[in-house]
Amino acid sequence: MSADSPSLTQRNTCSPEAFNNHPNRQGVPMTASTTAHDHYHYKVVRQFTIMTVIWGFVGMLVGVWIALQLAWPELNFDLAWLSYGRLRPLHTNAVIFAFGGCALFATSYYVVQRTCHVPLFSPGLAAFTFWGWQLVIVLAAVTLPLGITSGKEYAELEWPIDLLIAAVWVSYAVVFFGTIFKRKTPHIYVANWFFGAFIITVAVLHIVNSAALPVSLTKSYSAYAGVQDAMIQWWYGHNAVGFFLTAGFLGIMYYFIPKQAERPVYSYRLSVVHFWALIFTYMWAGPHHLHYTALPDWAQSLGMVFSLILLAPSWGGMINGIMTLSGAWYKLRQDPILKFLVVSLSFYGMSTFEGPMMSIKTVNALSHYTDWTIGHVHSGALGWVGFISMGAIYYLLPRLYGRTQMYSTRLIEVHFWVATVGIVLYIAALWVSGVTQGLMWRATNPDGTLTYAFVEAVKASYPYWTLRVLGGLLYLAGITLMLYNMLMTIRGAKPVDARIPATLAAQA
Amino acid sequence: MEALFLLIPLSVAIIAAATWLFLRMADQGQFEDLDSPGHQIIADDDRPPDRANSPSR
Repeated sequence: MSADSPSLTQRNTCSPEAFNNHPNRQGVPMTASTTAHDHYHYKVVRQFTIMTVIWGFVGMLVGVWIALQLAWPELNFDLAWLSYGRLRPLHTNAVIFAFGGCALFATSYYVVQRTCHVPLFSPGLAAFTFWGWQLVIVLAAVTLPLGITSGKEYAELEWPIDLLIAAVWVSYAVVFFGTIFKRKTPHIYVANWFFGAFIITVAVLHIVNSAALPVSLTKSYSAYAGVQDAMIQWWYGHNAVGFFLTAGFLGIMYYFIPKQAERPVYSYRLSVVHFWALIFTYMWAGPHHLHYTALPDWAQSLGMVFSLILLAPSWGGMINGIMTLSGAWYKLRQDPILKFLVVSLSFYGMSTFEGPMMSIKTVNALSHYTDWTIGHVHSGALGWVGFISMGAIYYLLPRLYGRTQMYSTRLIEVHFWVATVGIVLYIAALWVSGVTQGLMWRATNPDGTLTYAFVEAVKASYPYWTLRVLGGLLYLAGITLMLYNMLMTIRGAKPVDARIPATLAAQA
Repeated sequence: MEALFLLIPLSVAIIAAATWLFLRMADQGQFEDLDSPGHQIIADDDRPPDRANSPSR
């Protein structure tokens, strides 16, 4: 079989005219005569892509606002709805589920179609997932500032919204796996494995962790209590990171980096191996959120060990993605979209090294509850998740709208540098404040009393919180540029649904 | 640590399902050719046709 596979050098053996007139290259604008099964279904991809950038802007704006509140608490204007405690979950939900979620929907719906050579299974159900998900986000934006919350981190939304999430998610699974079943290509491309694992696992995590007894429309009680609830919460929380924020986005990486670099994944074999390794090990890392709490020692140690093991498959993915550029490093100099995609992997590597280090109990004894944890989160969130999403969207937008490129490539370059400086400022500021806090909190005098009052550590953190605002502002400026670039690209453009290529000929 | 009475069986069930799926996929030949899939996505041409309405800056 492999002797017959086409090599890259065999691609362009036909004349330019034949190449340009090839049916594959004729994307057709949407008209009444467009047959459903001749063309990919790009509409829902366009919808999710646009909302990703918009929600990204909103979520990051709230993030900057709450960062400002830490330095200037007056910015809550003495209103409960604008208080830090209520706005912070609005920020986390907006950036993870609104920004990150829409990015995952957009890219998975695009990739599954293009790699399976079929349009989406049930565009109607896909449309429901779009509108349903937007409704979830709007409900979150309303209920969280009102103080309606379950109190569980990254699972704050109350039970009616949880039910809607479940309905949308099941539909998502039906659309995605239905498309895979209908595929015309025998092999399921590796990115789809990552998407599939992310979809299934998130469904299980959501249903188990959100189990609750409703007592009113806006209030429910968790099915679990005390340290039992904590264990389930952080089993959920870390798997949300591992499957929503990692596996899902690795799926994005495995498609968009090869496509933008025009080179196949460095080692397809490795991609398959590290996929299975990742999903088998990620489930057990949750207890590292609960070191030195009431969770039993042996459970803490188990979480620590699995978190350290996790370093290997994570770095396997990072190396695979970065080495895809092997022989084509020069492209990084010229191509800002590739910069986003590849640099995202550097941050991924950093975070998946930092994370296991912080899972070590001795290290955690210093880092837990400090700003170091926030710094770590944002290195992964802004660096890995943010950058891979932005790179993928810059790739997608022109293709979804029949353009050959974004409105301004120069602006993409500016966005990249502004955002990168922002990330570095952000995480460096919080490393320093985090370690400062950890050291000050634990300092004791010879007679065993604490050296510092808590408020003294707060005062010492202040300058770093201000620096962090600057980092966040730069990152927000970056996505503002992206929003502008996106709007200018689609303005006046005709949405295009690409034609599905004729069945691959000469497949043995 | 009653939560583990839920989490461990659940995780074992998920691992069992994943193992079953892996073996089934292997039997169906998903992992026979690990060389051409990487190239096939590159060969898939998703560029929109060249048209006059492509602004560049």
